[in-house]
Amino acid sequence: MKNILEINDVTKFYKNSVKALENVNLNIKEGEIFALLGPNGAGKSTLINSICGIVNFNTGTIKINNMDIAKNYRTTRKITGIVPQELNLESFETVWNNVNYSRGLFGKKPDHNYIEKLLKQLSLWDKKDNKIKELSGGMKRRVLIAKALSHQPKLLFLDEPTASVDVELRKDMWDVVKKLNEDGVTIILTTHYIEEAEELSDRVAVINDGKIILVDEKDKLIKKLGEKTIKIELFEPIKKINGNLLKYNFTLDQTNKIISHTYNLNSNTTDITELLNDVKKDGYEIKDINTEQSSLEEIFIKLIKENNNELVRN
Amino acid sequence: MNWYGIKAIYIHEMERFRRTLFQSLASPIITTSLYFVVFGSAIGSRITEIDGINYGSYIVPGMIMLTILTQSISNASFAFYFPRFTNTIYEILAAPLSSFEIVLGFVGAAASKSLIIGCVIILTANFFVDVRIDHPLLMMFFLILTSITFALFGFIIGMYAEGFEGLQIIPILIITPLVFLGGSFYSINMLPEFWQKISLLNPVLYLISGFRYSFYEVSDVSLLTSTLTILTILIGCIIFITYTFSKGYRIKD
Repeated sequence: MKNILEINDVTKFYKNSVKALENVNLNIKEGEIFALLGPNGAGKSTLINSICGIVNFNTGTIKINNMDIAKNYRTTRKITGIVPQELNLESFETVWNNVNYSRGLFGKKPDHNYIEKLLKQLSLWDKKDNKIKELSGGMKRRVLIAKALSHQPKLLFLDEPTASVDVELRKDMWDVVKKLNEDGVTIILTTHYIEEAEELSDRVAVINDGKIILVDEKDKLIKKLGEKTIKIELFEPIKKINGNLLKYNFTLDQTNKIISHTYNLNSNTTDITELLNDVKKDGYEIKDINTEQSSLEEIFIKLIKENNNELVRN
Repeated sequence: MNWYGIKAIYIHEMERFRRTLFQSLASPIITTSLYFVVFGSAIGSRITEIDGINYGSYIVPGMIMLTILTQSISNASFAFYFPRFTNTIYEILAAPLSSFEIVLGFVGAAASKSLIIGCVIILTANFFVDVRIDHPLLMMFFLILTSITFALFGFIIGMYAEGFEGLQIIPILIITPLVFLGGSFYSINMLPEFWQKISLLNPVLYLISGFRYSFYEVSDVSLLTSTLTILTILIGCIIFITYTFSKGYRIKD
């Protein structure tokens, strides 16, 4: 699949000499949902704003559909939409005027049928004549999405799309994002809700302190960096781990009944059949077995910690 | 050219004017009427004529200029500062619009509003005094050029203002005094020679003088100097805005 977005060596300094982005390199494939993860202040919004032309970057190049965004800003911006993190809307305007205004800004001829369809799709049609100030936070978030989609973009940026929204609305938003992607829109979302990235994305990048520290397919990442823990509950408590079990680095819990062994999903060091045989050989009776796999969140925290430690060392 | 984009900004801004039509028109009409009561009746009874023109009629071009200048500045500065304040500016910056197109949309709307108000004031003035326009085309030329120029000036204020109070500082502290001291309500020939020379340093004097010429064929300075002054301010504003946009200063940092 071809790249719809190519970011090469992009660096951005703010006026106060704060380095917001450092030599960022990233390619986004057409049709994918890409999640940009990172703690607050990592540079996620700055990167998105640089791509969309909202802030200027200092060095490097950004290409959309193989066109430089500075030289071909008219063509590239026409196919790009952005949903900002904050609920930035004009309170006294109606939903209808707000969305049509956005379509006009992006150089598109008025198309009331399309806007009607869009508002219906986002469950906003009943509110079309309402002023923005009369809407709930969730509705406002939908208006922002409608505005970003008003000119039928091919590449959509969602900056923290579910920040400060309740669980129910978050699930609704996820459905909207999935539907958009099914309709052919490439989506790049920034989030610090790992479950969001886990639920939606095909690929993930982790950004910390203005640098991309990792880019990979979500499933591969979980497999590569994820760990799995096998917990074996015994019928009778044991005093300490000995015998054959010593070679597995088992830990014993406070009840003295559950022994746990953690292993890397990617390594072949643990043979589960052999492990269970060894437990049996030592005369323990197994009551229950449970396994837990590390989430993207745990991987993310681990990566950020490692990166921060490296920064301190340097 | 992104004509749909320019139209979207223009209509969006004019819609705001429509929503607040009463406030937008009531304020200049009341102010103009008060000026006629105070300057036309009270002071006008003592100054019957200037350059052969009835005092009440003489002050009409100055009053229109006062309103056009303040309205153009406040309309354009507020129009551009407001999206910066609410952060809705992101959408304009992300749109396929050149800086020229953005300025055209905002300044076009601000100048249009000022022109509407200017015409309303001419109509209001007719209720109080006889208003004669000897050169209607020249009058429209000055009216349109002044509206555009000071809307551009207001746009610059909107780009640089740090808060709503910042929008008011230049109009209150600089523009209003310059208009009052620029011969709005008198001819500089009535001043002592020293103050006449000082008045010639005031650019607004040239605008009012040229504008008054289009009404009554009387002016304190030549028509050419007036035209060149307004064109110089216009070009200065365009250069300043172009430079600021090219650097992205205060907007894209």
